[in-house]
Amino acid sequence: MRIAIDAEKCEGHSRCYALAPDLVDVDDLGYAFVLGTGAVPDGLEDRARLIVDNCPEFAITIEED
Amino acid sequence: MTDTADTSTNPVTDAVPERCPVTDLATDYDMFDPDYLRDPFSAWAELRDTCPIAHTERYGGSWLPTKYDDLQAMAKMVPVLSSKSPIVIDMPEALVDSDATGYNAAAPISADPPEQSWTRRALLPHFTPKAIGPQTEYTQRLCNDLIDGFIGDGGCDAAVDYAQQIPPRVIAHKLGVDEGMVDDFIEWVRGLLELGLQDPELRAKYRKIIRAFFAAEVADRRVNPRDDLITALCQTEVDGEFLPDEVVIGMCNLQLVAGIDTTWSSIGSALWHFAGHDDDRRRLATEPELWDTAMEEMLRFYAPVTMARNAAEDIEYGGVTFKKGDKILMNFPGANHDPDIFENAGEVVLDRQRNRHIAFGVGIHRCAGSNLARMEMEVALKAWFERIPEFTLSDPDAVTWCGGQIRGPRKLPVVFG
Repeated sequence: MRIAIDAEKCEGHSRCYALAPDLVDVDDLGYAFVLGTGAVPDGLEDRARLIVDNCPEFAITIEED
Repeated sequence: MTDTADTSTNPVTDAVPERCPVTDLATDYDMFDPDYLRDPFSAWAELRDTCPIAHTERYGGSWLPTKYDDLQAMAKMVPVLSSKSPIVIDMPEALVDSDATGYNAAAPISADPPEQSWTRRALLPHFTPKAIGPQTEYTQRLCNDLIDGFIGDGGCDAAVDYAQQIPPRVIAHKLGVDEGMVDDFIEWVRGLLELGLQDPELRAKYRKIIRAFFAAEVADRRVNPRDDLITALCQTEVDGEFLPDEVVIGMCNLQLVAGIDTTWSSIGSALWHFAGHDDDRRRLATEPELWDTAMEEMLRFYAPVTMARNAAEDIEYGGVTFKKGDKILMNFPGANHDPDIFENAGEVVLDRQRNRHIAFGVGIHRCAGSNLARMEMEVALKAWFERIPEFTLSDPDAVTWCGGQIRGPRKLPVVFG
């Protein structure tokens, strides 16, 4: 599983960072970016789905392997 | 101050001596109707089914969208839905101050791109989750000090003695202004956004007071820089030039006005909810893993803020025509109750997993202080629950709500234990 954040859509709500700091970080303006390649480590799949479902900008997507 | 904002009566509901009854919500909703202030949820539900974008001629006229998808779409109609005048009721022409309008007023909230973009970039670094660290410790101490002041009394007014006391001090601390002036800040902000909504002269008076206060602060920081937000804004360069004084003053105005009334309403609404809902209160007190979802659910259900836009041209949308200049209320609170988006939208679900609520707005005007607000809310509620896990409304009929721009309880008597 891999997550991606659309930088055009992200407005810095920080919900993903609050819910899954192991998957995403925020930059100096508070906009989110995926850690590493966006590959979701085993065991964090539910967290990945959770941040998709809690992004008010619909900016996060999941690609299943 | 000689005329102090009156806290002994309900300023909104008592300020209107004669009120025509609302017979048709779709064409004549009344954002200050006492019934609507207490329970806007049933009005939004009726409108979603009958007329999802309602209109009224009251208070200068406005449109009220009620569906989540419409709010999402309209928030992105930039700049045809302009943010230059984001207050829900416009000032009469005679009281418009050209130095305090548009992006000078309270950038970036009162601006459209491109001014919105560079003013927002100047502000955002100070409000990231990491940047608000120093405010977190301060807020924890503050909340416990406030509770020390009334815990021995067996009860308090949770709105006046607690919720209302927190954000003004946190914002004063962040801006670097005198925390001893908190009572003035509360008076100014209520004068502008609450009492002043229906009293333009009062609103103009407080606008002038706030701008004069920050003009002096900005002038001081230009020569005496300190470790505070006002100094940081004064030292911010855009395209090789420092932000002009008028813009910094407006940005400080925004911190005060948008950072106070909003967050204290969220804290107050959450305390109102838990005081009146025994099951939820006891559940939160005993299941600490619920804190994140519970706070988000409070924000969804009791979203305090309605911003406004003005149509920059005639626009057809959703079967209605916004005429150039029309006021559109960005009813984010109503969007959060849309049953097409939220399962059991009318119920508070403390462990709601899917919660794309838009209490902080959406799009380029997402509340710049949302991280700070969330922190204040969680710290305030946690400090309260740790020391006062059991509390109930001591006089439910005495609870009053204000609304218009910001909805929240203004009197909230509770008893402990």
